[in-house]
Amino acid sequence: MTHVLTPDHVTNHGLSALGPKVTSLDPRLRIVLTALFAIVTVALSHLGALTLALLLSMTLLTVSGLPARKTLKRMAMMDSFIIFMLVLLPFTMPGTPIFTLWGVEASWEGLWRAVEIGLTANAVILMVLTLTGTMEPVTLGHALHALKTPERLVHLIMFTIRYIDVLREEYMRLRTSMKLRGFRPGTNWHTYRSFGYLVGMMLVRAMERSERILAAMKCRGFSGRIILLEEFRLRRSDISFAVLFALALVALVLIEVTHGAA
Amino acid sequence: MHIVDGALSNPVVIGGAVAAVGGIAMGLRNLPLERIPAAGVLSASFFVASLIHVPIGPSSVHLILNGLAGLVLGWAAFPALFVGLLLQAVFFGFGGLTVLGVNAVNIALPAVLVGLAFRPMVARGSPMQGAIWGGIGGGLAIAATTLAVALSLALTGDEFLLAAKLVFFAHIPVMVIEALLTGAAVMLARRVKPELFINTPAGGLS
Repeated sequence: MTHVLTPDHVTNHGLSALGPKVTSLDPRLRIVLTALFAIVTVALSHLGALTLALLLSMTLLTVSGLPARKTLKRMAMMDSFIIFMLVLLPFTMPGTPIFTLWGVEASWEGLWRAVEIGLTANAVILMVLTLTGTMEPVTLGHALHALKTPERLVHLIMFTIRYIDVLREEYMRLRTSMKLRGFRPGTNWHTYRSFGYLVGMMLVRAMERSERILAAMKCRGFSGRIILLEEFRLRRSDISFAVLFALALVALVLIEVTHGAA
Repeated sequence: MHIVDGALSNPVVIGGAVAAVGGIAMGLRNLPLERIPAAGVLSASFFVASLIHVPIGPSSVHLILNGLAGLVLGWAAFPALFVGLLLQAVFFGFGGLTVLGVNAVNIALPAVLVGLAFRPMVARGSPMQGAIWGGIGGGLAIAATTLAVALSLALTGDEFLLAAKLVFFAHIPVMVIEALLTGAAVMLARRVKPELFINTPAGGLS
């Protein structure tokens, strides 16, 4: 249903018969474990522990049987956003100098800080993509509901997920019709105005669509409550996975506590 | 403009999360269930708009349009933009998980403020006047978001000051483009469906 959000690999997860298939675990558990992992990893500062955290994410990615290249590509895309900030750090943080470039000193402290941020960001985002991002978007909404997220927020999430694809198709149609009329984007006033009109038109149509949706919902007896039917159950494989995962997190914390004083 | 996990200090991350919870709660309070379909569809529109790349010189930028979201949705822009960021983080790997609160505040708070301040002006007068106010609001929203990102970095430590300044200056062209686009979008919406910016049962959301 939602092609924009759903990576191709969600539907064909028969690739690996080995290892725990991440996609068959309880979605609630996947969300909770992802959040725990993120919190623990952000709290770590020892580089060894952070490297292990990244390795843990990578291991999970490998045994989950997901196409690793695609996921790593997404991770690399995030890196391209932050690389600039990381490169600056050695030069802006005072400390023991490594070398001087055009009269500016690079410090070891800054370099390690940059490595620390890079490792943390990659470990967390890889875990998010592997453990939570492989869910059907609709399942994410249901699982969040089961985890006691406020009902209205869940409904907002469900509506957004439901209509992202519809609106993207509308956007594509509008772009096609612009193209047919000879529109070619460039750096000029005409382009920006046309894109502005495009966005404005999308909003107008979205608003009118939502009026039709509400009318249709009322016709079907909408009383202000949306009932989510999906039910989740923890199985033995979920519990053993959770225990293993928790042990790995405890190990990370132990490394941090015993070695991370520096 | 997404900040990633591990970059910010704990007080900034926690402060951002608390503020985001407050903003989402405030937005949801202004969102009766009858309005959820409209808010959801608009939230999806802004998600799709953020996938649009607009050329600028040899490069291109993707749209944020948080100012426009604020003008159309008011307080409801907060949860709507938060949902967008959540989906981007989970399914695209943009940003991070623990910084979701900070990112939400940085993008949604300017949206709400611009919405509250400029909506009356955008709805009044000729479509052209509305478009000019809309453009100013759209540009200001991005400027405020950039400042908020820079502030999050600067509050974390002095070592980020240079990066924070560069973030701001690098985004000046983005502010101009967002202003132009928001203005044009308001212009069209004012002509085609003026009630989009007015608080009526059929029109905008507050």
